[in-house]
Parts: sequence; structure tokens; C-alpha cells
Amino acid sequence: MASRDQHGIHPPFADADGKRRFGVIGKPLRKVDGIAKATGQAVYADDIQLPGMLHAKTLRSPHAHARIVRIDTSRAEALPGVHAVITGRSMPIPYGVIPWTPDENALAVDRVRFIGDEVAAVAAVDEDTANAALELIDVEYELLAVYLDPVEALENCTDAIHPNPKRPERGNLSKRVELDFGDVADGFERADVIVEDDYTFHGTTHTAIEPHCAVATYSPDKLLTLWSATQITHYVHRALARVLELPAHSIRVIQPCLGGAFGGKSDPFSLEFCVAKLAMITGRPVKMLWTREEVFYAHRGRHPMRLHYKTGATKDGKVTAVDAKILIDGGAYSSFGLVTTYYSGQLLTGPYDFPAYHYDSTRVFTNKPPCGPKRGHGSVQPRFAFEVQLDEVAEALAMDPIELRRANWQGEHTKTVNGQRITSNGFMQCLAEVERASRWKERRGKLPFGRGLGVAGSMYISGTNYPIYPNDMPQAGIQLKVDRSGLVMAFTGGNDIGQGSNTVVRTIVCEELGLEPDMVRVVAADTDLCPVDLGAYSSRVTFMVGNATIDAARKLRHQIAGAVAAEWEIDPGRIFMGSGQVFDLEDRAKCISSMEAFQIAEARCDTLGSTGAYNTPTLGGDYRGGTIGASPAYSFTAHAVEVQVDVETGRITVDNCWIAHDCGRALNPMLVAGQMEGSAYMGLAEAVLEHHDVNRFGLHAGPSLLDYRIPTSVDTPELHALIVESLDPEGPYGAKEAGEGPLHPSIPAISNAVFDAVGIRLRHLPFTPGKVLAALRERRAAETAVGSAKESV
Amino acid sequence: MLRLPKFEVAAPQTVDEALALLAEYGADAMLMAGGTDLVPNMKHGLFEPKLVVSVSAIDELQGVAIEDDGTLVIGAATTLQAVATNDEVRRRAPAFAQAAGLVAGPQLRRMGTVGGNVMLDTRCQWYNQTHFWRKSLGFCLKKDGSLCHVVEGGSKCVAAASNDTAPTLMSLGAKLVFARRNSEGQVVRKTLAVDDLYKSDGAFNKKVAGDELLIAVRIPAGAPQHRGAYGKLRDRGSIDFPLLGVAVRIDLDDAGAVADADLVAVALQARPIRLKKAAEALVGNTPGKPGWDEAVDAAAEAAYGQCHPMPNIPGDHDYRREMVPVYVRRTIRAAVAGEGPVHHV
Repeated sequence: MASRDQHGIHPPFADADGKRRFGVIGKPLRKVDGIAKATGQAVYADDIQLPGMLHAKTLRSPHAHARIVRIDTSRAEALPGVHAVITGRSMPIPYGVIPWTPDENALAVDRVRFIGDEVAAVAAVDEDTANAALELIDVEYELLAVYLDPVEALENCTDAIHPNPKRPERGNLSKRVELDFGDVADGFERADVIVEDDYTFHGTTHTAIEPHCAVATYSPDKLLTLWSATQITHYVHRALARVLELPAHSIRVIQPCLGGAFGGKSDPFSLEFCVAKLAMITGRPVKMLWTREEVFYAHRGRHPMRLHYKTGATKDGKVTAVDAKILIDGGAYSSFGLVTTYYSGQLLTGPYDFPAYHYDSTRVFTNKPPCGPKRGHGSVQPRFAFEVQLDEVAEALAMDPIELRRANWQGEHTKTVNGQRITSNGFMQCLAEVERASRWKERRGKLPFGRGLGVAGSMYISGTNYPIYPNDMPQAGIQLKVDRSGLVMAFTGGNDIGQGSNTVVRTIVCEELGLEPDMVRVVAADTDLCPVDLGAYSSRVTFMVGNATIDAARKLRHQIAGAVAAEWEIDPGRIFMGSGQVFDLEDRAKCISSMEAFQIAEARCDTLGSTGAYNTPTLGGDYRGGTIGASPAYSFTAHAVEVQVDVETGRITVDNCWIAHDCGRALNPMLVAGQMEGSAYMGLAEAVLEHHDVNRFGLHAGPSLLDYRIPTSVDTPELHALIVESLDPEGPYGAKEAGEGPLHPSIPAISNAVFDAVGIRLRHLPFTPGKVLAALRERRAAETAVGSAKESV
Repeated sequence: MLRLPKFEVAAPQTVDEALALLAEYGADAMLMAGGTDLVPNMKHGLFEPKLVVSVSAIDELQGVAIEDDGTLVIGAATTLQAVATNDEVRRRAPAFAQAAGLVAGPQLRRMGTVGGNVMLDTRCQWYNQTHFWRKSLGFCLKKDGSLCHVVEGGSKCVAAASNDTAPTLMSLGAKLVFARRNSEGQVVRKTLAVDDLYKSDGAFNKKVAGDELLIAVRIPAGAPQHRGAYGKLRDRGSIDFPLLGVAVRIDLDDAGAVADADLVAVALQARPIRLKKAAEALVGNTPGKPGWDEAVDAAAEAAYGQCHPMPNIPGDHDYRREMVPVYVRRTIRAAVAGEGPVHHV
């Protein structure tokens, strides 16, 4: 870690009174693209129209598992208006977002692995012609055994979904991770109470409102340009070079304005390769826009998991050991699955301290749409199980669930049992905030039957030091260009996917150079123009790109302040830059605009610009996989949720969700609150409504926004964002992530609130009314049995 | 996004013009009012008309009127939003107004029409899907295939009637006015009780032909002490089709006792079903008086015995059955109290 990587938590510069104050940091400034989006002027991938552009469509597999015997595209090619047809043989080089598991092809080469898998693509004069051509492609399939259940896939594998001739014994195993920390046996030995149970997390998907779309052009001088609705431009760039066998410098990837991603646009996708290849073949621009149905097939959503947890605790509530066994349903491809498998265990070791931990996670291939990273990647499912189990521990010990969580807090500047470094930790304040706001002490356990309060906590990463492909280069880079007009341009490889990262970059540049927001513009996610950033995933952007921005801006400020000080023949320490002005702290009459200051500096120092970068310190446990989930800073969250349960219909209504989140420092409290509310909304939706389900034929049960039920505004509870600022020593001005952590506790908090409301434990998602009614019946039966037993005594 | 197939559109100004087009094109023509169901179904390849006859420009099909005898006459192309918010409709036919107000969501109710809802196609999880999806499945009995995936080996389509307004109109004894051209080219009109419109065939659950145009819905004046309500079960508070719908009509006599009652449920099978025994259980009892709660329970029990939802529409059909008595009880109580709809938000 270089000195450039840490910049302190304070405002950068002191005013005349010696006090440090922020200019724009901490203010609820509008997003840079807010007005453009609200007025319809923002340009999304599908808004791009190029002269002579062709439209492409994908032929998909109607079978869940089959070998491709033969593909005949001649009838499709002969259709007037068709310009090119490609199949897997056109791009046989496999890829995968994780370099160790390249098991995907742009189009299936010899095997299809789920209904909806890509088989061929057509470029034609319009979408209707392309669709008509798809009907003319003849594919002969040889059907193979279909695996829809992960246990079945693991135990009775006859036709492996990804045959591994060297290691046939792996069958449908995708990844297994087993790790052991501390003395687990001793931990359970010392426990006064042990709770052990099974939990289920169903599948859910992202449902970004913008479907995936990509446009490519190939110029006569062999430059390939791709516009794509991606959240990781850099990995798409690398994957295109690999699969298309082009030098990376002849490829430009641009992310236009994006309509949501949530992890669902992290992988390189078939359509990106297809439009690129079709543009190369036809010499014309090619666009492909997926239908909503196709987005459901592309999926990469939350992995279904079957989780078994065992937790021991002493009678004062201290956790002594945790043991987890997790079966992960991966779907048809690896995607980020290697990381998912690690995350399912690695990210549980906070905000609570426990001395012993063992987990055994197994990811299995099945013939279903591939799972991947969804907001809170890999850790939302175990967090659900564990936070419900903690509530059961509290119940067994007759402890208040918040007190139990307090008793186990790990503290600040400490190390977890699996070797992760914890810096700032505002979890105790998060608990205090939700306790206060929900009026927990007066109401929990005291509300009328049918109403209840529940709590849960969580921890999440602010990026990780695992850079997907091993390299020693910075994880985030930025370039600043200063213009004599007074404008500063920031060039960042970071992907603004709606979370507001471009706004964060602008705000930091303004803060450091004393500019007004309209004096800074940001160009992002264009591989020709912007330095590499690893993209919008793992909640890394504010932390890493933010630090890189401070790094670059401070270099510039040093140059500009030095030039003005030399011009005025004063000490550079007397130069103050703020609100678009530059003046002498000791003689305020000496005051010029920042534009004039830029011109002085350009005259004295030549053309102005700077670069900045960020890299993580060396982190993580000293064991295989120990760097996965190792983050320079962790965010912490607590939720309190208030529910009503209709005992006749079984329907759970979430009335209130109090979200307390330690984001280190809220660089823009409006954006932070937006992320907190959006996260909680998404978690609540997964708990009570959404289900990414595949039916007995291997078909997605309802690949549409009618049948996949995301909550409407009337289904959304009151969301109360309570920002907690712990000021992390390594974050930009102390900031940590806010985009994923606040999702985690909402799901277990609902289950825990339902317990408070009606005395039933919901351990299997989704919490459908039918399940609630079944649990209520079971409880009544148990009570009746106890009642009659008492009577007989 | 999904593409619409190629088709022609006609926008006749009069009923006569519309009927002429229907007669000319026969089975190749389909009627469209709001288009909220027709258009997605065309995108899914379920409907393949060569000509879409839009009836929105026909004045005769618009608006709400009250005749001297108190009959409500609602033009078939009147929007659901218009009837849901019409004071006269709400007063005279509360169950119907409530049902109209719970169809889909606000935007769709401003496009969708009463006639469109009455004539809505049946729905099934194996049918309301894209062409690719249905082709991967091997299609189904209702469209392009020969197998039923709801009832194994089934030879009769069991797709569910999913129109919220249908059971309320049945409970109100409403009549439908249809027009068509006869073989001599003359326009003839007929009046059909809503009860007689629907039949138990999910493939096409109506007893009218494609060349017949629904002109108006006629709801006769209710009893002086008319009570009505609609209950709708669905996952979300908006947008979704019913997982179960229950319409209740109760006529009280001068003493406040139930003189007559009618209960009709929808979203169970191919046609809305009348819960006769449930209604009979209420007759003669007086709300709020001894015996009333038992009568309501008896009605709920009778409804439960009669309703056997199948896994035709999405969702857990056992749960839908379990909700029948709950929604029957709640909707009866809402009707008596002059409240409703029964809906979770």
C-alpha cells in the first residue's frame, strides 16, 4: 500500500480560522445525471442508433440439457434481409469472469445446459427479419439427463453438465470450500446452549429495469467499439480480446447510461460477443436488445442455498462456536461461483466475534439459468440463516435479541476468526439507532398478537483485495484534465450504474480543488478515454475510486496552489481554494477565480493534469482463499422491522423498516439514504414476494414482470434510513460502502419479527402466506398437545 | 422487447362499420378496446388476428347511463377507471365498482374497459407465456398443442376465468347486449344474461361467436336494501390478476334479514362459479342478530366444499382453496357493513 492510498478522514484544508470544513462533502447534491434521466435525455444502450445498423437476435435452446448434433443455418442465411448467422463454431474460445473457470461460450459449441442457453445469432435489417431467420435455423439435439435438483445432480450424475475427462469423479461439482478456524469442538463443549437447524434460501434475480443491450461497430481500420449495458467495462474488454482473438488495444468498450444492474450485468454476456462478431463479419453496426424473458434466462441472480447451521453460546449469550454446511445450487455455469462459494462462509465473521468457526460449502451445477452475484453476493443467504439462528439462541437464553448481539460485538480495529482485518466498526451505534427509532424497549414482545418487531445485523465488504485476475497494478485509476476555461474533467474507469459513483468523483474533485459542482464533469467507463478501474462490484467504487480521486486531485491542487503562491510571492500554505475562488488567507483582497488560477498554473507549469490510483493493502488470512472477502474496510448494518401477520390469510405485511447503516462517512447523504432504502426494498421483496423458480420441465416458471413479482409502491413499507458514520481511517474522508450491506438484515429481521408477532419461526424462504399458515397450524397443534398433557397431569 | 406480429388495424366510428368488418374478416378479425390484454397476448403469439378492430372511437360504446327503471347501462368500451370512480355505479352496484377498481393497476385501468374485462381470455401458467417458452414446453391443449399440463391426461382445458368484474356482474343479474350481422347483412341485437355467457371450457369460455360485438352491460336496479362487495386475493397490492375473487350480493328485507343473496367466485376454473349453498346459508338470517355468525360460517364452509382450485394459474392452489372460506366470510361482512373491497392493501 502506497502513501497515495490513504488520505485521512478530515476536510483537506484549513480556513483562515484554522478550522477544517467540508465544502461539498456531506451535502445532498443532485446526481450528475439526475436531470438527464428524469427528462428522458440520458442515452442508454438501446437509444444508440447508428447509420446502417443491423439488429441481432439469439436462438436459444428449448432443452434443459442436450448435445448439439448438427446445426444447419443455410435456410436462415438465405432469407432476404439476413446479413450474417453465427454459431458456437464462430467463437469457440471459452471464457468466464473468473479466469480459473472459463466454462462459457458466446454461443454453445457442442452442448446446451439450460432452457434459454444461447445457440446461434442472426444479424438482419430489422428485428422481425432476425426473428424470422431464427425459425429457419435447424438444430438437431441429442437429449441428455437433466438435473434440476442440486442433491440429485451431485449424487446421481450420469451426464455431467461440464464433463471433466481428467477428473470424472467431480461429476456436477462446481466448487467446494471447507475451512476451519479455532477449536470448534471445544466451542460446542463450552456452550450452555446449542441451536441447530436447517434453513432454505430460494432463488431470486435482479430485475434491473433496463434489459441488457449491446451495440458494436467495426471500423475499416479494424477498431472494434462496443457499447454495452455492463457494470464492469474492464472485464468485458478482456473477455472480448480473448474470445475474438483481437489485440486489446484495438477494442474500445463504452458503458452508456445504465438502467440498473445490481450484479446482473457483471459477467461478460453472450450478446456482447455476438454483436461484436456480427459487426466484424458484416462491416455494419449491430445492436442486440434482450427481451425481459431473455434477461431472466441470463439471470446470474442469487444462488438458492440449503443451509444447516449450528451455533453454541454461553448462558450470558457469548457465541462459542459456529458450524455451517451449505449446498449451493449454481445453475448451468460457473460465473462468479468460485467467489460465491467462498463468500458463503468467509463473510459471516462479523459484526460478532466468535472464537471457532467451521464451514463446508459446496456449489453444484444444475440445468437451470446460471446463478451469479446479486447485491450482497454470496453472503445474504448465510446471513439470513445465521441471524435467525441468533434470535433462536436469544430465545433459548431468554435474552433480548439486541442485547445478545451487543454481547457478541467484535469491536473496532480487531481481527476476525478467519483472519480478516476489521478497522472502523459502527455496529453498536447501528443497534442503538434501530433500538431507539423502533421504540424497541417499549414495544418488542409487548405488541398485540399479530404484530411484532425483529432485529438483525450484518457486515459487508467495501471492495476486496482479490482483483479477479492476479496482477500488481492499481485496482482503481483516475485522470484529471484542467482546462483554461475553468473546467476540470475527470476520467474514471469506474462504472456508474445508478449508484452515483460519477457524482462521488465530481464531489471529491470539487472538495479538493475548491470548485463548484458545475465546474467539474466526469467521463466514465470508456476504455479508450479512462484509466482502468475494476468496475462496479463488491461495493468497491466509492472506497477505491474515491481514494484514487483524492490522490489525483491533491497532486493538482499542490501544483495550482504552488503556481499561484509563486505568482503572488507568498507561502503556498496561505492559498485557500473554495467555491470557485482562490485567495490569500492572510489578505482576502487577493482573490481570483479558479479559472484565473488555472491559467496562472498552466502558464507556469505547462498543460495541467494529474493521475491518481488506489490499491489495497496486503490483507486476508494466510491460507488458500484467505484473500477472498478480505476488504480494506467493512460496513455494518442493523435493521429493525415491524410486521403485521394476518393469522387467517397468513399474509405478512411489513409496516416499517428502520435501516441503520455504518457507511463510514456519508459523502452524499442523499445517495447513501437512496442506497439504504433500495437495498432494504430489495431484501424485503426477496423475503415475501420474489421467487426465481424453475418448473418440473426446467422452464423458468414465469419469465416476465407480471409473474416475477417485484413489489410495487403500494407493497413497499415505510423505509427509514438512519446513517451512522464511524469514519474509517482508510476510506475517502472516512467513507465505506453503502450499496449492498443494507440489504442483508432485512430478510432475517422479518423472520424474527414474525416470531415476535405470532410465535412461529420462518426458516425457509420465501415467506409465503401458505407457509405462515402451515407454521401457525403446527404451533397450535403443539400448544394443544402441551395443553392436554398439562391437563392430564 | 417482444415484437408484435404484423397486423392491420381498423378504427370504425359506428357499430355498423365494426360489424361489417367482423363479418368480412370472420375468424381473422379480433376486437380491441383498451388492448391491455389483447396486445400482450399477441406478443406471446396467443392471438394471431390479421385485422384488429379497435372500438374506442365508437360513441355508442362509451359512458354510463341510468334508465327510468334504475337500470345501469354501461357502454362496453367505458374504462374500468371510469366505472370504478362513478358515484352512481358505486352506489347502485358497489361490488362491480369495487371489482373494476381492483383490476390490474391504475395505468391499465385507464386503458382497460368493462367490455374487455367481461370478454377476457382465460389464463393459465402453461398458456400465458411467450412463443419460445410454449414451444420449449411442447405447447398445451389451449393453444398449438394437445397436452394439458394442469391435469395430466386431461382432454378439456381448465384455464381459469380471471376477470374480476364477471362474478360481480353475475351476482347482480346483469345482462349483456351483443350485436352482429346476420346472413342478410342486417344488424341484429340480442340480450344475454351474464350467467349464460360463460361455459366451462378454458379453451374459449364464452358462448358467443367472433362476429358478435359487446355493446353494453345492463345492470338491473337492485333491491331497496341492496348490499354488495368484492374480495380479491392476489400477491401484490396492484397489477396482478386474481388468485381468487369473491363477489357477494345481499338483499335485506324491511326487518333487516337476508331476503336474497348471491355469491360468485372467480379464478378457480374456466368459468366463474355460483356458490349457491353458501348464499342459501345466509337467507333468512339477520346480520348482527343471533345466528348470523353461524350463518356466515356455514356459507364459508359451503363455499369451501364447492371450490377446488387447480394449479392452472400461478401460485399454490391448496392455499387458494384455503382462502375461499376466509374471503367468503370477509366479503359477506364487508357487504353487510357497506364496506369493501376486501383486499390486503
